Amino acid sequence: MKLVVCVGSSCHLKGSRQVVERLRELIEKNKLEDSIEFSGIFCLNHCEEEGISVKLDDKYFSLSPKDVDSFFQNEIMPGK
Amino acid sequence: MRIFDTKTQYLQYRAMMEVSKAAWKGTLQEEVLDIPRRIVPGNVPTMRCCVYKERAVLAERVKLAMGGDKSNPNVIEVIKIACDECPISGYEVTDSCRGCLAHRCMEVCKKDAITLDSKQRAHIDKTKCIDCGLCAKVCPYSAIRNHTRPCENACSVIKAIGMDEDMAADIDNDKCIACGACMYQCPFGAIMSKSFLLDAIDIIKGSENNSKYRVYAIVAPAIASQFKYAKLGQVISGIKALGFHTVVEAALGADMVAASEAKELIEKGILTSSCCPAFVDYVHKSFPKLVDYISHNLSPMATIAKYIKENDPGAKTIFIGPCNAKKAEFQKPEVAPYVDCVVTFVELQALLDSKDLDITTMEEDVLDNASYFGRIFARSGGLSDAIVQGVKEIGDPDFVAKPVTCDGIAECRKALLMLARNKLNGNFIEGMACEGGCVNGAGILTRGDKNRIDLDKHSKTSQEKTITESVSQLP
Repeated sequence: MKLVVCVGSSCHLKGSRQVVERLRELIEKNKLEDSIEFSGIFCLNHCEEEGISVKLDDKYFSLSPKDVDSFFQNEIMPGK
Repeated sequence: MRIFDTKTQYLQYRAMMEVSKAAWKGTLQEEVLDIPRRIVPGNVPTMRCCVYKERAVLAERVKLAMGGDKSNPNVIEVIKIACDECPISGYEVTDSCRGCLAHRCMEVCKKDAITLDSKQRAHIDKTKCIDCGLCAKVCPYSAIRNHTRPCENACSVIKAIGMDEDMAADIDNDKCIACGACMYQCPFGAIMSKSFLLDAIDIIKGSENNSKYRVYAIVAPAIASQFKYAKLGQVISGIKALGFHTVVEAALGADMVAASEAKELIEKGILTSSCCPAFVDYVHKSFPKLVDYISHNLSPMATIAKYIKENDPGAKTIFIGPCNAKKAEFQKPEVAPYVDCVVTFVELQALLDSKDLDITTMEEDVLDNASYFGRIFARSGGLSDAIVQGVKEIGDPDFVAKPVTCDGIAECRKALLMLARNKLNGNFIEGMACEGGCVNGAGILTRGDKNRIDLDKHSKTSQEKTITESVSQLP
């Protein structure tokens, strides 16, 4: 699975660091380092959305730091 | 109204702006020969002996704006016909000498080089004079002057500027570190640097609105002290309006470097910085035995460019900063894979104007990737503070970072000499070739003490408060 988090200025100000840190924790906790390609990109062009832009394979999500756990549970865990 | 550092910089800007304008339209080949006359129309000369000489010099500026002399590996070139061949006669007595009784000049001269004429006025015998300058110091009328060239004065530590057989200024590429100090000092604008504007424009045009590949602008933290006629957010909007996909702070690369360099310092015990390319070049050319002390880190510019390309394969990166030496750095084999082009703030102004973009009418965009510590790299003493912080965050109880801040190439030389003799009073050399740090680099629009203050003010507004947290934001 390809997991991309937007780390551009706009998303950074919304809390992209917290999203990245929590995802990093969850990936390590579930030992998914080898099955998830986790990368950061500067600007996914969804700056007007409320949350931080996250792309999982071909799907886009808009997450706030408190949405990360449920996102991980619903979108990543089933696919592993 | 554009505020430039010097009029000579303004002239180079005009050449760059006209070249860029034509390049965007694809009409450069047809228009290039007309550009000098566009900048100097009419028949009345305002700068040199005649309008034809003025246009001839401008033609050389246009050549530099298009990339300069490809057979010259240095990014800094002397425009020979613009060089005024200033006198280099050293110490001489001027007409201000009043033929006094005290003759302090004679008293102080250790070489008996001073004689008096029938009017009791002093004359220096140049065959005996050693240019020590003591006579000039003691003359109560300041009647003794030292005739030296501004370019040679600017390069007094490295001494990379001499003369060719026609008496025009000549740069010794084996010594030159491309810092650009001579460029700023030459009152005739006869020393200039190559522009890579055409490459930048090609990269942006080739992206086809960032659909073929994305073009990233990496901006140096010194940007906070420039473009004072607008807000920083508007400068960011302007950069995007030029066709860049997004703007990233080089200061985030600086955070990554600070973290890595702190670790390296603890491991090795003694280290010098590697972020100032002119300083690194200086060590290689003048202190080759100390090369192993240089940090193995890439510069902040290259570090963040590498991250961008690793996560967005095919991306193109263009660095926008205050620095002239970066134009040399990005061509080095270890940096070239990551950084595709370098432009200075003056060149950014030329690009904005070449597309008639008035940033004062634009909305304010955001720029926030780095921590306070990454941003202060742009001023002298900033990297030192960041290294101390970096070591503190690692939390090794036995190691204390003791940085030696070298503000300008003269101080760098002193510290390197001490290091060569194992007498350095510290364990980390922050080497900056430009006095004041990068905020006073050769590629800036406006110079002054306020630059440091503006940079510090901007640095404090960053969201990230520690280096570790800032680096942690990147997967």
